[in-house]
Parts: sequence; structure tokens; C-alpha cells
Amino acid sequence: MPTVRVSVTLKPSLLDSAGRTVAGSLKHLGYEEVQDARIGKLIQLEVDTVDEGRIREMCQKLLANPVIEDFSFEVIG
Amino acid sequence: MKVAVLQFPGSNCDQDALKSLRYDIGVDAEYVWHDEPSLAGFDAVFVPGGFTYGDYLRCGAIASQSPIVKETIKFANEGRPVIGVCNGFQILAEAGLLPGALTRNINQKFICKDVFLRAETKRSIWTADVDRIIRIPIAHGEGRYIIDADGLKSLEDNKQIAFRYVNSKGELEDSANPNGSVSNIAGVINKAGNVLGMMPHPERATKELLGGIDGFTILRAFSLIKA
Repeated sequence: MPTVRVSVTLKPSLLDSAGRTVAGSLKHLGYEEVQDARIGKLIQLEVDTVDEGRIREMCQKLLANPVIEDFSFEVIG
Repeated sequence: MKVAVLQFPGSNCDQDALKSLRYDIGVDAEYVWHDEPSLAGFDAVFVPGGFTYGDYLRCGAIASQSPIVKETIKFANEGRPVIGVCNGFQILAEAGLLPGALTRNINQKFICKDVFLRAETKRSIWTADVDRIIRIPIAHGEGRYIIDADGLKSLEDNKQIAFRYVNSKGELEDSANPNGSVSNIAGVINKAGNVLGMMPHPERATKELLGGIDGFTILRAFSLIKA
């Protein structure tokens, strides 16, 4: 059965306060090279058939909120 | 006149809303479960707060797809009154009835405290009589209102900003903004003015016993709605 991996990320223009906290924590651990972190969601769908139009629709209707988020997807197997 | 108080798995301000409406405002109100297919017999809708569906995916996202919300969209598009508070605001925004989105508070904390609000428009029954600074509680982790610059301009041009967080003197300042909302926005209305969403809880402030009655100035509009 094909697997579709959808990733949803906060738009770059929006402050990701959780991501910023994580970046701060990494720095605290000694990873000074970390300047920023952004946290998104990864949603893996098992589908009977792959129809890219329908997957895009799922992202627009439910999986991502276009006001604040961007999405992308790939068929991984 | 009868108000539908919507209930979803994870609603937790439904009882506050119903009791405030019935006993403090003095209007008829009944619960309506999320998979009900109709709002027949109701004259207004109250979408209460809570953590519907455990806030899975995004706050309000799953609830916004339920049968009763589809009905609420039709109801609102007929120009009939709909209010969403806290998670109810998130649901109405996710459903596309209100512009913008609610995101994680800027300081990452769940904030539960009283705030001061200034009504910014007369274009809704809920705000028309709020002519002084009111104090009512907030209780949310994801109440930071986000909208892009064009959206904000459109809100301002159409007088759709319902409430802003202000200090006790009614002045707009950053320190009065509890969650990092764009332009201190605490609530917005739709273009027609019949749908209001707000993060603060007026239903928790309609009795002195609860610590204040300023929520009454918003919710008393329910008693003006004709059947």
C-alpha cells in the first residue's frame, strides 16, 4: 500500500516560539552552531491509491491551515 | 428565543455557557451534540470553550469538520447570531467563518487570569453596548491571534476587530497583550457582524460570585435576539 508523507510547517514569517525554545536548549547543551529551530508536523498516510490532487485537497481542507502553515508531501513507497 | 450551546468531545465550558445564559442572562438554552444534523428551533449558537478532540492536529481543526459546525456555517450565512469563545473561537476560525488563526501563546504558557478589554466596533450586537473598559478572564495556551498585513488592514477597514487587550485605563500597550496577538486583538467579527469569536470568557463573568459581571455587557445581547 502506498505511503504518503505530508509535512506541515509554520510559515517562515511566523515566530515559532516552541522552536526557539528548542534551539535555546540545544545551545545550552553546547551546540552553539544552532541559530534557530522550527517545529512542524509529519503526517504519514497509508492510501489505497495515490492521487496527488486529492492529497493536496486533504492538506488544504484539514491537514494544514493555509493562514499559518505551508505543506508539502512525497510518496515514499 | 433559544440558544444552541454546542457540545463536542472535549468541550469543557459548555456548562458554564448554558448556566450563564439560562440563569444570569435569562434566555432559554439547550445543549446540541456535535453529530446532530440540524439547528432547527434555535435562534442563536454559542460555541463554548474546551479542548475538542484533545486539540489534535490544531485547536478546533477536527471539530470544525463536524456536522453541527457545517450547520452552524449555514446558520451564520443566513445572518443569524453565532458566538465562539476560546476553543469556540478557534473552531469558528478553522471553519472559515472568521478570518485569521489562533496559535501558541508567545511565552509558551497556558495563561489563566483576568484581562481588560476595549470594544472596538459597534457593528455587532455583542459589542454595541460595551462602552467602557471591561474585565473578564482568559484561560488558554493557544490564543495568539495571527493574521497577515493585508488581512489586518481589511479587519480595520471593515471594523471587524471586536475587542483589543488594553490596560486598566483602556490604553493599548504591549504589556496588556497576554499572548502576543497581532495588534492586541482579543476578538473579531465577520464582515456581516453576526459572528463573533473571542478568546476571553464572558460566560465566566456574569455573576459577582464568579468575580465579576462584565461578561454580562456582552452576553446580554442574547436577550435582544428575536425568535
